[in-house]
Amino acid sequence: MLRRACSALLPPWMRPWRWSPVWEPLMPHNDFSSSPAGRGRSPRRKWETFPGRNKFYCDGRIMMAKQTGVFYLTLVLILVTCGLFFTFDCWFLAEQLTPIIPVIGAVLFLFVIGTLLRTSFSDPGVLPRATPDEAADLERQIDVANGSTGYRPPPRTKEVVINGQTVKLKYCFTCKIFRPPRASHCSLCDNCVERFDHHCPWVGNCVGKRNYRFFYMFILSLSFLTVFIFAFVITHIILSNGSRFVVVCFFSVWSIVGLSGFHTYLISSNQTTNEDIKGSWSSKRSKDNYNPYSYGNIFTNCCAALCGPLPPRWLPSGPLYVCMLVATGFAQLDPRVEKKKKPAAFLLRSQYHTDQKEHLVSFCSFPVPFFRLKTHSHHLLIQFQILPSVLFKV
Amino acid sequence: IYFPTPLCVVVRVVLLYLSVFPLCHQTHSLQDFQRPAVSSKVFIQRDYSSGTICKFQTKFPSELESRLDKQQFEETIQTLNNLYAEAEKLGGSSYLEGCLACLTAYTVFLCMETHYEKVLKKIARYIRDQNEKIYAPRGLLLTDPIERGLRVVEITIFEDRNIGSAR
Repeated sequence: MLRRACSALLPPWMRPWRWSPVWEPLMPHNDFSSSPAGRGRSPRRKWETFPGRNKFYCDGRIMMAKQTGVFYLTLVLILVTCGLFFTFDCWFLAEQLTPIIPVIGAVLFLFVIGTLLRTSFSDPGVLPRATPDEAADLERQIDVANGSTGYRPPPRTKEVVINGQTVKLKYCFTCKIFRPPRASHCSLCDNCVERFDHHCPWVGNCVGKRNYRFFYMFILSLSFLTVFIFAFVITHIILSNGSRFVVVCFFSVWSIVGLSGFHTYLISSNQTTNEDIKGSWSSKRSKDNYNPYSYGNIFTNCCAALCGPLPPRWLPSGPLYVCMLVATGFAQLDPRVEKKKKPAAFLLRSQYHTDQKEHLVSFCSFPVPFFRLKTHSHHLLIQFQILPSVLFKV
Repeated sequence: IYFPTPLCVVVRVVLLYLSVFPLCHQTHSLQDFQRPAVSSKVFIQRDYSSGTICKFQTKFPSELESRLDKQQFEETIQTLNNLYAEAEKLGGSSYLEGCLACLTAYTVFLCMETHYEKVLKKIARYIRDQNEKIYAPRGLLLTDPIERGLRVVEITIFEDRNIGSAR
């Protein structure tokens, strides 16, 4: 326990790292043998991009969407507003009323930032894409079902009965899987996400099974914070009888409070934004339509969504994994300079799997301070910092 | 950033040592990778009839008829289903853990594992035992579903010449 806490203090590339398929898995498995959604890339360049459009930092512990500009805007807005509040209003209020006000403000502010970062940086519950064998097996089953004519009528769906309600499972052509119920494919991140709620540009990530509770806590605490700041700024103006320029946006209070209310309703009825927008469980569709995932009462729904067990991430990662592969003879370095922009690209041949597929290590220089190891057969994505790259200057 | 050459060598040696050390107790796994050829793979899909909880279908695949007893297969899958149900169970203890985690801003997980992770380790041990006792002697290999995102249980069927060979 103490070791783990201590290793968290070390820089990531120095941390002792334990290999276990269930220990801190971080990234979904990727099927690199199939071209991502037919974007016309040649097979040799497939390894350059993660099949989903995500960005990774700090050994893959941080996972965000590709477009993060709005996230930085959110961060700046919160920091500036709170900064101005603490600088100009807190002293006056602490003297005139009580010093507890800045303390409560500080606690709320830290909670908001903490939950925002947690929402933005966590894996929302991305489903790994099918391995080639799995995809082939599914294709075979579909062929058998359709009579092996060679013509497959789209769309491919499977029907399951969940708690008495018929639910259609759609086939995802990108990920080559039948999506589990409540999962959806995010076109922005190009991943199937479990219990997909929505893609939030404000947090720079999808909101799904693993980070929905953090997202809810973020908007709830943010609405408390905005109301708190707004109320006390107005109080300051009234008490000081001065004409002060109010730097809090009035409308943001209402939109945040409204959003919190909406998500409170969703949680209490155990629905996702996706389902609510589509009206999947609306009684307007048919009289017998009901939500099969609801636990029946509001309290259980809320507890399940907010305090239920947190599912794990999928893949391990660590800065020393490639070193381990090389040191233990699972992989050999085979220098092959391929890319124009990158300083060096190495081909790692692995004996790890029977199909003897190759995987590549590419070096990315600034501004992407890590390089990735992508495997075709073992489906691992490892993040490193640039410092250990000196190891590979053979 | 480039280190001066002697320091570079020292850093390499230290990092290699650190990388090799944790594997010392795992060298037995090297033998596992001299595998016979893969004949085919069977995928046991998820059973969604009870909702989104993790549950696999217990229907016995026809490809395994010649290798495995139906009863043993069903017992394996049923045990896995029970273990996943235990991991995802909603109850007093999971709520307490969730509340404690929220109050400590999730820093408590730096020191302890979540209940889910503990059960996943139990599942990994169970699958390893099953492989050693039942599946490997029959030329089969169960893959831990966590490596496939809890979507499928993948059973690899190896070629006939390896049945009964001791490892």
